[in-house]
Amino acid sequence: MKEITAKGYLSPLTEEAKTNKLVYLKEWLCSTDAKRIGVLYLAFALVMGIFGGILSLLIRTELAQHGSQIFDPSFYNALPGMHATAMIFFFIIPAFTGIGNFVVPIQVGAPDMAFPKLNLAAFWILPPAALVTFMGFFLNSLPEFGWTAYPPLSNNVYSGMWGADFWVLGLILVGVSSTMAAINFLATVFNMRCKGMKMFQLPLFTWSVVVTSFLILAATPVLTSALLMLTFERLFPGVFHFFNPAGGGDPILYQHLFWFYSHPAVYIMILPGFGVISEVVSTFSRKHIFGYVLMAWSMIAIAVLGFVVWAHHMFTTGIALEARVGFMFLTMLIAVPTGIKIFSWLATMWGGSIKFDTPMLFAVGFIAMFTIGGLSGVVLASVPVDIQLHDTYYVVAHIHYVLVAGSMMTIFAGAYYWYPKITGKMYNEFWGKIHFWLTAIFINVTFFLQHWMGMKGMPRRYYDYDPQFEWANTISSLGSAALFAASLIFVVNMVWSWKSGEDADENHWYGDGVNLEWLIETPPNHHNFHEPPEWKPIIRQHVSPDQPGGLWHAKD
Amino acid sequence: MAPKEASIMEGPGAGEESLGVTNGKIGMWTFLVMDAMTFAGLLAGYARLRWTPDSLWPFPIEAFGVIGIQLTAFNTFILICSSVAMVHVLAEQMRGNMDRAEKWLMATIAGGLIFLGIQAFEWTHLIIDKFHLLMDAGYNQNFPATFYLLTGFHGAHVAIGVIYNTILLMGMRSGKVTEEHTSTTEIAGLYWHFVDLVWILVFTFVYLI
Repeated sequence: MKEITAKGYLSPLTEEAKTNKLVYLKEWLCSTDAKRIGVLYLAFALVMGIFGGILSLLIRTELAQHGSQIFDPSFYNALPGMHATAMIFFFIIPAFTGIGNFVVPIQVGAPDMAFPKLNLAAFWILPPAALVTFMGFFLNSLPEFGWTAYPPLSNNVYSGMWGADFWVLGLILVGVSSTMAAINFLATVFNMRCKGMKMFQLPLFTWSVVVTSFLILAATPVLTSALLMLTFERLFPGVFHFFNPAGGGDPILYQHLFWFYSHPAVYIMILPGFGVISEVVSTFSRKHIFGYVLMAWSMIAIAVLGFVVWAHHMFTTGIALEARVGFMFLTMLIAVPTGIKIFSWLATMWGGSIKFDTPMLFAVGFIAMFTIGGLSGVVLASVPVDIQLHDTYYVVAHIHYVLVAGSMMTIFAGAYYWYPKITGKMYNEFWGKIHFWLTAIFINVTFFLQHWMGMKGMPRRYYDYDPQFEWANTISSLGSAALFAASLIFVVNMVWSWKSGEDADENHWYGDGVNLEWLIETPPNHHNFHEPPEWKPIIRQHVSPDQPGGLWHAKD
Repeated sequence: MAPKEASIMEGPGAGEESLGVTNGKIGMWTFLVMDAMTFAGLLAGYARLRWTPDSLWPFPIEAFGVIGIQLTAFNTFILICSSVAMVHVLAEQMRGNMDRAEKWLMATIAGGLIFLGIQAFEWTHLIIDKFHLLMDAGYNQNFPATFYLLTGFHGAHVAIGVIYNTILLMGMRSGKVTEEHTSTTEIAGLYWHFVDLVWILVFTFVYLI
């Protein structure tokens, strides 16, 4: 059998693994090396992302034309919730955890994560959790209450199916996994930095993982407690009535607890993306990030504000007007730190020596399109407008501009950016650029018209719609198919290049990477550094070129 | 690079720039933030269900009776004593007196077990003799529901703490945890004190107010 000749952390650890692929595979699956676990996370996220994409294609196929197409309504009802669950909990969050696992320990100058075994355990909770969550597909009893699972719809009277119980259990497991990862990240960043790596010397991606980890730590358990209550109410309906008014409960309570998690969750899904973009924009503009300190603080501000805006999802539930107005203003306030970030990226690019490689294309595309999603968020925050737009396709358009043009494009940017470091190979730049242009175009084809549908009053999650929306839905469905096809280009490019790509350099992006991951060999070794690195503090903040530290790579 | 002073007990060591404590301690503190938020979610749910107009929530004195509250107050006292014993474990370990540390640790575990026993007795009594009377009287059915969820969730924490401390005791017995491993004990102590602290909140919410 051919000997495995991979280098760095990819190389087999034992002689036996060099010739025996099974032993090599086992070595991977049981590895406590954060880099390998990161790759496992990314592979898992890729599979689940394709799964979630197929679910979205099913939704769009059903909606492509007015009237009933291929599914019976009850299967259709299950699809939006399953799509959302797959994408949020099994694609976006694990993808960022994977990138974080690979990059964060290197960026802080540590040999590994603080708790390598916990790290592996956190990963291995995910595949069984996915199996449990989507058990409904095997049992033919999918929950039909969407990803929000509002009672009374989700209680055992209206959703008596087994699949729903499994779904709730699966989500609790995912929560456990992501909190374990968050604990690990925080301990690593707080306690394992190398010499000279002060908190305000940290790269912005690491900063974003720190802030995200705090969000996960504080928000996820509240979802867990809400789901625990829901489970008890579903399993022991005679005893527990937390959300059932007939037994003295309150269905709105569930929504409060749910959104106390699920609003911060959107920041859990976008903040690491912000971090990726900060790295990419700075490298490809050949400039330090504009307003580094403010970039870090604005993430903290987003995180703090993210905890006090949850009720803007509940403007139509009849909560007090005073509360709604308060939440409206707090929600609008989030646009301020987000705006700081957008303008800082633009100012970083300003006057820079910009190179439009694929990661940079994705970064720029992200900035443009995420801004649209951010602005429609401000529209939705306004109470009177929201009452009109609540549960329409406008909300669908908004969340997809934020999560597809936001999270997904930043995941792509990060994947392309660190691909040479992770694999030691270079992806195919031509197909990368094709992938970008198709993605950027078809995101707009798919989702832009949905703003209009929503404004005109097309409700979300419905099986069928008014014939006047047919042309727009057809365009949207065609766009989604093209978007999915474009993502397959990405998958093929990643897999093919790993096998047959050209070898990548240490500091692959024109030698412009300044953070530690670009200063070690490609791919990195098992313990990242041969000896403990020493970080010579640099001026992170962008200053004018004639000032000390103003020049990129000013080495003394 | 080989991690500094790595041992089986502690995993990779702290870096040059750190908070000056072990990784494990940061791990436990951050875990406790998470756990505190889980309890916060449950307590917030409790508060919301109880303090709404016409919630028909019984006063603790009606629900548990004077003796019931006193029993649980005694139970609280046991748990606090157990926490104090945990402090002694660490103190003796730091002095290098592992024999005494082990004894205090046994006292800690005993405190946790007594707590669980009394709680089991209390649950049995409430299920058989008490709560159905409340339900018949037309009180809010979420009173027992939240009671069992909160005290049960906390009881699970105590049970896990007892197991955790037992593992620590086994480590001390077998000589794997020596007087140098104070941070191992300290981390177990953090968890145990947290369980105690949360109980005081739960006790206040459920039995006193």
